[in-house]
Amino acid sequence: MADIDIRSVRKAYGKNQVVHGVDLSIRSGEFVVILGPSGCGKSTLLRMIAGLEAITEGEIAIAGDVVNAMEPRERGCAMVFQNYALYPHMTVADNIGYGLKVAGLSKPERRARVETVAKSLGLSDYLDRKPGQLSGGQRQRVAMGRAMIREPKVFLFDEPLSNLDAKLRVQMRIEIRKLHNRLGTTSVFVTHDQVEAMTLADRVVVMNGGHIEQVGTPEEIYRNPASRFVAGFIGSPPMNLFEGRVTGPGEVEAQGIVLSVPHAGLARGQAVTVGIRPEEVLLGAAGSNTASIDVDFREELGSVRLLHGQVAGADFVIQVPATTAGPKVGHFSFEVPARAVHLFDAETGMRIDPVAGGIRAAA
Amino acid sequence: MDRRAVYKTAWIGGLLLAPQLLLVFTFFYWPTGAALFWAFTLERPWGGGNEFAGLDNFRMVFSDTAYWGAVWRSMVFALGSTALAMGLALLFALFCDRQLRGYKAYQTMLIWPYAVAAPAAGVAFRFLFAPEAGVFAALNKIHPDFWNPSVNGFHAMILIVVAYSWKYLAYNFIFFLAALQSIPRALIEASAMDGSGPLRRMWDIQLPLLAPTMFFLLVINITDSFVDSFGIIDLTTHGGPSKATTLMVYKIYFDGFKGLDYSGAAAQSIVLMLLVMALTFVQFRFIERRVHYR
Repeated sequence: MADIDIRSVRKAYGKNQVVHGVDLSIRSGEFVVILGPSGCGKSTLLRMIAGLEAITEGEIAIAGDVVNAMEPRERGCAMVFQNYALYPHMTVADNIGYGLKVAGLSKPERRARVETVAKSLGLSDYLDRKPGQLSGGQRQRVAMGRAMIREPKVFLFDEPLSNLDAKLRVQMRIEIRKLHNRLGTTSVFVTHDQVEAMTLADRVVVMNGGHIEQVGTPEEIYRNPASRFVAGFIGSPPMNLFEGRVTGPGEVEAQGIVLSVPHAGLARGQAVTVGIRPEEVLLGAAGSNTASIDVDFREELGSVRLLHGQVAGADFVIQVPATTAGPKVGHFSFEVPARAVHLFDAETGMRIDPVAGGIRAAA
Repeated sequence: MDRRAVYKTAWIGGLLLAPQLLLVFTFFYWPTGAALFWAFTLERPWGGGNEFAGLDNFRMVFSDTAYWGAVWRSMVFALGSTALAMGLALLFALFCDRQLRGYKAYQTMLIWPYAVAAPAAGVAFRFLFAPEAGVFAALNKIHPDFWNPSVNGFHAMILIVVAYSWKYLAYNFIFFLAALQSIPRALIEASAMDGSGPLRRMWDIQLPLLAPTMFFLLVINITDSFVDSFGIIDLTTHGGPSKATTLMVYKIYFDGFKGLDYSGAAAQSIVLMLLVMALTFVQFRFIERRVHYR
């Protein structure tokens, strides 16, 4: 178990900078998920922690020791790769035990530890098989076993679930989290899948374009997105975002709709981005903040129903419980509760917080 | 489902195949057939008829101690050149795969020798290794006959092995490098995470995954070393000194075209062909079992 300190870390390939000064502290025993779209630098950051990429600038410390100049093997990290990276010419037992063999442990000792790990992963019956004879989920477990057996200070996961089918992915996700609860090893998990991030993480790090956009618990990230990017990235379907303008104290206008908001200290005429989560809209209600939507398409998702349409010409999605009655398409009015309105500075994209202790906090 | 496209009339297919079949027949089956015929007859040196000889030609060949000498030397040559050409090629390919500075230029230069024809290579090595003028001349001054392939049979054998391997090294290098580069990087990284250094990774990961390529190259190298050494020998040592570099293929040429013993040479050709086939069979039968294909 170890904490990880990432201080002003940059990565550049020639003149092309892919990670721009990242600062992040990961506590001992924490499960941190780095989330972001492809090309945001998340895998590069993970590989710098592992020692597979050189650090261009800045420092990474594991358990207090700066590891910049250390070889991967000296850092005490174990990694699970996206394509598992199992050694195709070795049996499952040899794959899992390879790290111990390199470390020079005796054969019986190795065998005993491989068997313990294999048992905990349900692989005992497959120890003599080659990776080519295993299913995707079993290969994934072997990769996990290979990482676990060395009892590392840190687990690194590089999109380990993206090659599995949907059902297996959910199952492995749960197994990984249970494993973490049991072992308590500091873990860093990279993914582009927000559901994985939300379900696995103690804290989520949202990255975009080589920068950290926000660090927070899954709930914080969802409830109080720190930027326009996070707001549009987290949530399925994503938040509805409009360009708007402040028209008065606690009042913004977007797409011809005037909304009262709990935010204080807004400057009249300030350009803002207005964000509304599809599931926080009240359909059919007739309060103060009302607007109407022309629904032209309806998606059934079982437990919920998505209504796709236009609000004053802009695309808008509303999520309602599947029990909601009503025709498939047509014209509906809906209410946007004031506490459900998120505001972002149109220029910087940064969140504008509602007043402290305001309506939002009470809700 | 049968997805092959089939010609409606057979003769179109036959017509399209004809040029290739003609070539194969003219340059492979016809000469082989002729050699087979000569091997069982007694051919007159200046033409004009032949008579059936049964297995006499083969009896002659096998009872000739000079022939067994050539067989032994061919084996030595095959092992020596294959080990040298494959070993060095693998070493160079491993260096290149590390992608150190300048590896691109190095890689291109290593491929060139394969484009050089055997006679050109033979002439080059003849000058390089000439005892009186080549790189060894200085050493010969200090210690006469330190290096003299025109007198010392062992030196001559080294000369042809080196000259021959030089070309096959390039060929093997291309295959080894391609095979190394097809090993997923993640495997190397995974073993680095598992704690192994570069040498350990080479031994545990890269070499085992190269096994199919190694097997392929082993078959090709051994086979070719029996039949492709003529150009080098003819330009450097002419099979000498005192037959020390007369390999099976050179003896066929020498007995047939210098000694005008067509029937004996034809019988030797048949033996060489059978030997190469047998060796290839043995390799597939016993070595391929240990090869792990991905």
